[in-house]
Amino acid sequence: MMLELGLNQQPAHTRQGSSIGQPLTRRDGFLKVTGTARYAADNHPPGMLYAVLAVSSIARGRVVSLDIEAAKAHSGVVEVMTPLNRPALAVDPDAKDHPFMFRLDLLQNDGVRYPNQSIAVVIAETLEAATEGAALLSPRYETLPARVGLDGGKSFVPRGVGVGNPAVQEKGDVEAGLESARTRIEAAYETPAQYHNAMEPHAIVAAWDGDQLSIDTPSQGLAMAQGRIAGLFGIAPRNVHIRSPFLGGGFGSKGMISGPQVLGILAARLVGRPVKLVLRREQMYGPVGHRAPARQTLRMGMDGEGRLTALSHHARTTSSTFDDFFEPAADASHTLYASPAIATSHDAVRLDTGTPLFMRAPGEATGSIALESAIDEAAHACGMDPLEFRLRNYAEVEPMTGKPFSSKALRECYEQAAEAFGWASRPLQPRRMRDADGFLTGWGMGTATFPALMFQAEARAVLRADGSGLMETGAQDMGQGAWTAFAQIAADGLGLDIDQVDFRAGSSDLPNAGIAGGSGHTATAGMAIHNAGAAVIARLADLATGNEASPLFGAGNEGVLARGGRLYRRDDESRGESYSEILARAGLAEIEGHGKGAPDPASQETYAKHAHGAVFAEVKVDPDLGQIRVTRLVGAFAAGRVINPRLVRSQYYGGMIWGVSFALHEEAVTDRRSGRIQNANLAEYHVPVNADVPSVEALLVHEDDPHVNALGIKGVGEIGITGTAGAVANAVWHATGVRPRRFPIRIEDLLG
Amino acid sequence: MTTLPISLTVNGYRHELEVDTRVTLLDLLRERLELSGTKKGCDRGQCGACTVLVDGKRINSCLALAVSHDGAEVLTIEGVAHGEELHPVQAAFIAHDGFQCGFCTPGQIMSTLGLIAEGQAGDDPERIREGLSGNICRCAAYGGIVEAVLEARQHLAGTGRRTAA
Repeated sequence: MMLELGLNQQPAHTRQGSSIGQPLTRRDGFLKVTGTARYAADNHPPGMLYAVLAVSSIARGRVVSLDIEAAKAHSGVVEVMTPLNRPALAVDPDAKDHPFMFRLDLLQNDGVRYPNQSIAVVIAETLEAATEGAALLSPRYETLPARVGLDGGKSFVPRGVGVGNPAVQEKGDVEAGLESARTRIEAAYETPAQYHNAMEPHAIVAAWDGDQLSIDTPSQGLAMAQGRIAGLFGIAPRNVHIRSPFLGGGFGSKGMISGPQVLGILAARLVGRPVKLVLRREQMYGPVGHRAPARQTLRMGMDGEGRLTALSHHARTTSSTFDDFFEPAADASHTLYASPAIATSHDAVRLDTGTPLFMRAPGEATGSIALESAIDEAAHACGMDPLEFRLRNYAEVEPMTGKPFSSKALRECYEQAAEAFGWASRPLQPRRMRDADGFLTGWGMGTATFPALMFQAEARAVLRADGSGLMETGAQDMGQGAWTAFAQIAADGLGLDIDQVDFRAGSSDLPNAGIAGGSGHTATAGMAIHNAGAAVIARLADLATGNEASPLFGAGNEGVLARGGRLYRRDDESRGESYSEILARAGLAEIEGHGKGAPDPASQETYAKHAHGAVFAEVKVDPDLGQIRVTRLVGAFAAGRVINPRLVRSQYYGGMIWGVSFALHEEAVTDRRSGRIQNANLAEYHVPVNADVPSVEALLVHEDDPHVNALGIKGVGEIGITGTAGAVANAVWHATGVRPRRFPIRIEDLLG
Repeated sequence: MTTLPISLTVNGYRHELEVDTRVTLLDLLRERLELSGTKKGCDRGQCGACTVLVDGKRINSCLALAVSHDGAEVLTIEGVAHGEELHPVQAAFIAHDGFQCGFCTPGQIMSTLGLIAEGQAGDDPERIREGLSGNICRCAAYGGIVEAVLEARQHLAGTGRRTAA
């Protein structure tokens, strides 16, 4: 796998000492800049046909007719798959055995429950024939009124939010706290539906050989996808081989296998030939998840010194009519600010929409923009500087649980980012700064936080007689740099130079690396790699220390160090020998070791584990036109040990720009009559382009965490959005004196 | 279905092709010539992932019908490096981490080659940002992209090499 990818053919990296911590460039860089990195849709097995989805143009109702004959009569069309001829599945796609099993639309009936739901698949010799065939289906519908908007249905309290958190939580007496407060604020903030919009549309190339299934498709969770597909088709997971060496972005939308991907597999089954199915951009606004819209109401009370006496955070969210995913937005108030009384609650309405899904910082981003805006309002109500107010309410223990933090260098983040930004000279009152061109200038800040999560992962390590090493785990690189960071951890775990390590990932026939999500992949799969390395080194040390011919004889496992392809005596580094010598003496071609990565249950009980950060933003607003530009962003983040600072900075930059996007750009607009999304394309669904992006600076704040895991790794993929979105909103207030209460911030709200 | 004969030179290789008139230049490259380095992100000219140089100018190949480019010279990402030797723009993208997932990268690099050849942006980061705003990077590696363009431009000016195109 690795040699096919060519990752090891790169020039050797120059470095000294440990691989961990080195700012190596991406090991997959050569492939990505030459167009030779192979993404799913780039595959073209012999005999392959093209499948194109036909999707519903209504939000709710049923398909009354499809002109299958017209489609089939079109030159090049091979087959049309509808509920009438779709191959049988072993389980009902509407069955749900566990919270991570999402209900799928696999042509199980003629019903339509959201716009852009698959209603047929046209399979043809060419993409053009399949596309035209799909257009010829001319569906007719029986249409029911669409339920849209945050008040589009009867609200209810979900049984759980996020991954099963209680929807309602309370500590202390919030009403009494508000009653006793000197100063109170209450504010509601609306955020829109957002769509992941990874650059790579979901794609699958599927080929059956009997009951063996071979798939190229982007996946953030290979083992979960493998299990889901095996279950649907009633075959053993080992019969499903998924290759996903590169994802063209995921952001959560490729965490679960989606309906259209399974339809590609069904199409291949139906025609008995390999099939490629790629979603069109507009087809990504429905079956592959989104961030649900929300309305959040925050109430805060403060005493005479600006200390919180109560914090109440309620979130109204939405889900689909047929499945349960509820963003835990209000839970953002559990971890950041000390308060004797905290209440968080959620309710939801069901809409005729695709099911929402995890989207980069799911809940944390939505909750953060409201919490950080409200904190800013509270600071202003108390007449305090927003940084001083945050420091006054600094949480020494996790506010909701009272647990100590495993580590928390947030003070250092505030200090370093404020210093780099020049925050000290900020006027307290809004609308006091203008630049040389007369633009209103504002400075705002936000606190960033994201939990340090770990899941389950496994890895396999091999040391070979030629002195090289191999590390295998089915890790997924969606752009965060897994190919590079994991190779660095593998090199250190094996005591080898990185160029001596063959690292294999991105395939379901490797050990389960868990999911690339929740900012937990580096910690989880990284620990599996670390432990697999330790296991194989322990075997090697046994071979050496137990053999009288070895200079390490009698040193014992604890008395040996592994470095640079050699074992040394800890008490006398002049005595050592190479891995090759040890294996040669033992007459072994290779030895292997296995490792697991998982959260430590004891420390889970004891500690609150979070990464933290502080983000400062400058905006400029045209006083006549209301046009907003973010001109400067400075963030400082403390997230435990940094494996590769170059890659980590890129994660922070990307997250921070997503924060700008949350505040100023992104919004899916639903037509209230039809329930259709009006801007399901990249021209009208705005994401930042290069010209939208300001000077961005991300400072890496040192943080040692002895509790999260042996490597001390927290996560960096999502934290950048949190804090940033609120910082931009607060800067807009500081520039204009107008408090943004709905997002993205609109010109008309500023000119109001 | 109607087909027409066309002649196309791609990365220096001449192809004589009989093409379905509906086929875009992008789909011709990806699905018929096995040049899958050029990416399809939107198929509507909105994301820039499909950017290639046609007769030296950058275009969205998803918006171009193949048959309307009979006789054209096309440069795709596969034709930019000389074997293992990367073009300075490619090397600079790696050095400045001007990408994450890499899906938009072929388009970013082709757009950069076009931008440099146009000679309008110079060393002004604002003009580079503007000139590359037709290429969306959802990972938002924009800062690294601009740094890469600046470095590559200086490198090319230093060696007197204008562009690979």
